[in-house]
Amino acid sequence: MMKAASGGFKKFTPKTLPKFEPLAQGHRACQGCGEVLALRMALKAMGKNMIIASATGCMEIITSAYPQTAWDVPWIHVAFENAAAVASGIEAGRKVLMRKGRLPKGRTTIVAMAGDGGTADIGLQALSGALERGHDFVYICLDNEAYMNTGVQRSSATPYGAMTTTSPPGKLSIGQYTWKKNVPAIVEAHAIPYVATAAPAYYVDLMNKAKKAAMIRGPAYLHIYSPCPTGWRLAPERAVAISRLAVQTNIFPLYEVIDGRYILTKKIKKPKPVEEYLGLQGRFRHLDKKTIQEIQERVDREYEALLQKATLAEVQEEST
Amino acid sequence: MPKRVGIEVSLAASEAACAVDSDVIAAYPITPQTHIVEHLSELVADGKLDAEFIPVESEHSAMSVCIGSSAVGARTFTASSAQGLALMHEILFIAPALRTPIVMAVVNRAMSGPISIWNDHSDIMAERDVGWIQTFAENGQEVFDLIIHAFRVAEDPKVLLPVMVNLDGFTLSHVIEPIEMLNAREVRRYIKPYKPQMVLDPKHPVTMGAVGVPEVYTEAKQQIESVLRASKKVVVSAWKEFARLYGRTYRPIETYRTKGAEVVLMTMGSVSETAMTAVDKMRDKEIAVGLMRFRLWRPFPLEEFRRAVKGVKVLAVLDRAISYGAQGGPVFMEVRSALYGQAGQPNISGFVAGLGGRDITTDMFEEMVKKAIRYAKKGKGPTYELIGVREK
Repeated sequence: MMKAASGGFKKFTPKTLPKFEPLAQGHRACQGCGEVLALRMALKAMGKNMIIASATGCMEIITSAYPQTAWDVPWIHVAFENAAAVASGIEAGRKVLMRKGRLPKGRTTIVAMAGDGGTADIGLQALSGALERGHDFVYICLDNEAYMNTGVQRSSATPYGAMTTTSPPGKLSIGQYTWKKNVPAIVEAHAIPYVATAAPAYYVDLMNKAKKAAMIRGPAYLHIYSPCPTGWRLAPERAVAISRLAVQTNIFPLYEVIDGRYILTKKIKKPKPVEEYLGLQGRFRHLDKKTIQEIQERVDREYEALLQKATLAEVQEEST
Repeated sequence: MPKRVGIEVSLAASEAACAVDSDVIAAYPITPQTHIVEHLSELVADGKLDAEFIPVESEHSAMSVCIGSSAVGARTFTASSAQGLALMHEILFIAPALRTPIVMAVVNRAMSGPISIWNDHSDIMAERDVGWIQTFAENGQEVFDLIIHAFRVAEDPKVLLPVMVNLDGFTLSHVIEPIEMLNAREVRRYIKPYKPQMVLDPKHPVTMGAVGVPEVYTEAKQQIESVLRASKKVVVSAWKEFARLYGRTYRPIETYRTKGAEVVLMTMGSVSETAMTAVDKMRDKEIAVGLMRFRLWRPFPLEEFRRAVKGVKVLAVLDRAISYGAQGGPVFMEVRSALYGQAGQPNISGFVAGLGGRDITTDMFEEMVKKAIRYAKKGKGPTYELIGVREK
């Protein structure tokens, strides 16, 4: 099932990155936007033969204000919560037209893209439906950890303690009081062939995962950490650095789940303290030592759990 | 001509979508359920229809899938009803804006609360302004024919708008009627292969669904409005062509015994058949009454309506939906507005009846007509009233 992931997959190297640009310069993203950077790299890796269904969100509004468009690939936006459903229709429509001889046969990468709100909150049902039905498509969640497009409101992917405009810290509040929803695990529970996390600092890894996702038959899911200097109160030039720190602190571990097997793609031998990561961002400025310690413990625990899953996979591999 | 067969009207609707060789059907069955979707999945499972049947997880996704498949050039059909239609509401606006010629059978049923699965028009009347062409069927034959007609109109390069074909829940959807069903070969004389004008294709990239900034939003809306308005010509000419090929004639407004009528009842949908019986009964009692019904609701057939109503002194308009807190039911308000300031405009009374599956009897129609006459004579009456409310 996963030929692409094991044998026959030619990895990108920094010297063999594709020249193709799906997304033209001159779009309206904020300075230092890590999301558009991640998106551009993921799509570059997938090649020109693609159709994109986009959810409402930052990436939609910065690229498509009529009469301009930044898209050099076919792209459709319908609404906020339905990118996975629209992609389902695109995939099914092309399939039947090819079968009936009204469209030349051939495989096109169908991409659905949405932010964390469009994925973890309002789009979760449509995503689950599309995964369960097994459409041949790639879903990209560009996770900037809040509703940034509309002015930084919390989503279920906002990290614990973060300040947003709807999770403000106050006398009775530490800010976001829930832990980040684990969407890759929810997606993985649908038993789809490929799930991966990626971060723009590790761009070759990100692009290889995107290419793999596109090559795989059936649903594939990419969860991409997408730094938002505007919403995170982060210096615009630190977007890439913060995404590296997120991985190095184990706050955002990089892994793949291939046919249910967890594989860590970036093992961190000596994790940096989370304080280093939190301290660079204004959204965490209000956190006290105790809360930071609480976050550290939970990050450690979650990483340990992930490690266990990944180790288990390795053990099973050896015994078979 | 094909011979008539006894078939459940829902199944006939599915057969119509099959006869036009639909490519994609995306539907959700439970809100509330009709047999349209079940039968389509059977037709696909049995290899009688070569289509992708997408059993989506909600009506919202049903319409979203339909837009996706239509945007790549696939002929797309779906069916919905009541709560499900309301869940689609957001996406219904977007289908005409993207010029995706989807055809949808809407089985008209009451909106919750209280929760009900029975027939009225409160679901569709909440969707008047979404930019779809909307037709209403009176009987099973008409359901079949209007669905075929809908594909022809929707896919016309001058139109490229989605079409809703409305049929009453239970009183039409769940009854068996004798219907002449055209087969695929016969339908091919009327429905040509769909030639989309613009599709999502990697060889010719286009951007669909761009942001409408204030400088362009009004113009984008105006385009949908003018195209929907202009679609009436295509709707009517497609009915004429249908009559020429298959012998059944359809018009935007249907009239019954309106010649010499001083009072005219206005209805929509299957209840018109009861209304015709009521008209016959009243004519026997020498009440000069006739009947008029809308088959085409969007675009509103204004000229045809004004022509049809000429010389009528009293109009009794039936609504099968409440517009809470308004001046009357939606049909009443539109009818009255269509006649406002017209020379010799009739006296108009509005009645709301048949909500949530309550039967409308010939006696009720007689009551409406008599009341409308009385209010006209007195020169005053309630703007509208509910008929058949139980006192205890």
